[in-house]
Amino acid sequence: MLEIKGLKVQLEDEDKQILKGVDLKVEAGKVHAIMGPNGSGKSTLSYVLSGKDGYEVTDGSASLNGEDLLELEAEERAALGLFLAFQYPVEIPGVGNMTFLRTAVNSQRKARGEEELSAKDFLQEIRAKAKTLKIDADMLKRPVNVGFSGGEKKRNEILQMAMLEPKMCILDETDSGLDVDAMKLVSEGVNALRDEGRGFLVITHYQRLLDHIKPDVVHIMADGRIIKTGGPELALEVEKNGYADILAEMA
Amino acid sequence: MNAVAKKIEATTARLEGMSLPAGGKWATEAREAALTRLRTMGLPDRRDEYWKYTRPDTLTQTDAPEASVLDTGEAPLFDGFDRLKVVFVDGVFDAEQSDDLSGEGLNIERLADVAAKDIHWARDVYGVLENNGQSPVERPLAALNSAFATDGVVIHVTGKVSRPVNLIYRHKSDSSDAILHHVIKLDAGAELTVLENGPAAARFNKSMEVDVADGAAFHHVRAQGRDHERRAVTHIFGRLGTESVFKSFTLTVNGRLTRNEAILELTGDDAVAHVAGACLGDGDFHHDDTVFVTHDAVNCESRQVFKKVLRNGATGVFQGKILVQPGAQKTDGYQISQSLLLDEDSQFLAKPELEIYADDVACSHGSTSGAIDEEALFYLRARGVPKDIATDLMVLSFVAEAVDEIENEDLRDEMLARLEGWLERRRD
Ligand SMILES: Nc1ncnc2c1ncn2[C@@H]1O[C@H](COP(=O)(O)OP(=O)(O)O)[C@@H](O)[C@H]1O
Ligand SMILES: [Mg+2]
Repeated sequence: MLEIKGLKVQLEDEDKQILKGVDLKVEAGKVHAIMGPNGSGKSTLSYVLSGKDGYEVTDGSASLNGEDLLELEAEERAALGLFLAFQYPVEIPGVGNMTFLRTAVNSQRKARGEEELSAKDFLQEIRAKAKTLKIDADMLKRPVNVGFSGGEKKRNEILQMAMLEPKMCILDETDSGLDVDAMKLVSEGVNALRDEGRGFLVITHYQRLLDHIKPDVVHIMADGRIIKTGGPELALEVEKNGYADILAEMA
Repeated sequence: MNAVAKKIEATTARLEGMSLPAGGKWATEAREAALTRLRTMGLPDRRDEYWKYTRPDTLTQTDAPEASVLDTGEAPLFDGFDRLKVVFVDGVFDAEQSDDLSGEGLNIERLADVAAKDIHWARDVYGVLENNGQSPVERPLAALNSAFATDGVVIHVTGKVSRPVNLIYRHKSDSSDAILHHVIKLDAGAELTVLENGPAAARFNKSMEVDVADGAAFHHVRAQGRDHERRAVTHIFGRLGTESVFKSFTLTVNGRLTRNEAILELTGDDAVAHVAGACLGDGDFHHDDTVFVTHDAVNCESRQVFKKVLRNGATGVFQGKILVQPGAQKTDGYQISQSLLLDEDSQFLAKPELEIYADDVACSHGSTSGAIDEEALFYLRARGVPKDIATDLMVLSFVAEAVDEIENEDLRDEMLARLEGWLERRRD
């Protein structure tokens, strides 16, 4: 599904290297988790994969189902099935949540040569999906993320994911700022989408989320590299001892 | 010779050979008075402070620069609305294309007919509100209009009129130079919506004087199109009585030069005045909103909301003032002017002003100029929305605050559809 090889990335404006050779392979049907200290490059990796400007790939490759991601515009990557749940979802005043999502769904369908969803079908689908995430009609009507609480923003990300039905989902600290109930809602939303044909890359600081979304593989990222890969027990180890031991062990 | 004397001399030369239109007693008096004002003030020139950002020469010169007629093939605006159509072609009333000039709750006449009479109520408004609006800032092109306009509508609103009056300005001749003057008087408690659309002429000078009596409500929605080279200067003068409402919204797309002035005076307590505008400029486009709101009564509210989207070297201008006179306590004044610059060639020039002589008032103003929010753009694109559509969504989002000033939902949707259509055509 997602294959990253020797990916090196620096900032466009600054001579600062952030990713120093990342190798990662997420198979369809699997959930991979990335943990790591703040500033290790986790968000950068998610941005570079989804096509944000401002980064320069100096080496390496990234592909989704064999298609070279790095050559594509952000919207083309999305249409291919890549989805990023943002660590900080962006507020867009004046654009209604529904309008936004319908435009997104239909843009992707159009790009893939599929028929666009009718207003009626879209409405039916979004209502059903919003309900399971406890997103009310008012939130759907409001401008994108404007005035949403932290938890509402994250639930809105999951709603978008559910509507867009991507193949490869990257979740960047979707658990941050969530209380226990919201965490459960979000996790259930994610688990409902787990499927043989879909891969997940879950970026998180905490084992907590991984109790709900059980990973198959856990990676530890530090200073722009994946320094250790293991099973779910690796997350438990981090939870217990922090990163210090692993970092020391690798040094 | 000093600058003023020079200006007067140029104006005298410009007016050489122009004679006032023939008319009845009241109109002749009003026109003569306006001409005297104009001769005393002189036509604006580029040294005038009030014309610092907008060059008036093509508006004042003898011949109108040519402008070709554009056919976009779109359905006419307000097509689906039940309205009273009043059509002008190159600034001349066209009875054939217009509806019967009558409606419940209002009396509507042609200025040409009204001006021929010796006595008419219009004398209390025509040129009067314009004259009031000549201080503290001079508006010579409005005086020119009052002096030389021969056509327009004169509307007396006596009741709550639900069917809007739609003034439609068709443009046929590439060299047409049109002057129109409308007078609208709303009796106490009366209501009227006026819609305006169309490019009008190669050069268009239009005035509208609106006298809103106590408890009356006037709504105005205007779409200024469309022909790329057209030029226009328009003035709206509003006088608001106690508990009256005045709301005006203008959408402008295209046109080489547009100067829209709104001069509103809140003379009765608890009155509400809103002026808003959205413009989309691409290329050789200069759009100027000049607004002057005077609070002269207690507990009044005024809002000015202007949004300009500019690209490919387009220029936007905003000069907006809130003047709070002594005694106009509890004034609630708001003014915002913002531009979205889609490239580095475009510019926005703003002069927001507050002048307050009362102590118990709440006035705020703000003016910003910025590029598109890259974070938001990326967010939309990461969801699969192509860059051009994402940009258009951001543009719509940017102008939303101004469009939202339109109270009637159907009219709001009509304006949004126009905006979307324009943006879509730009994409191809
Ligand atoms: N646009 C940027 N400008 C400057 N520094 C950046 C930028 N993006 C990332 N960085 C830096 O790169 C490093 C990695 O950041 P990030 O990917 O956000 O880490 P993480 O998500 O793991 O906390 C940090 O040192 C951060 O300050
Ligand atoms: Mg991060």
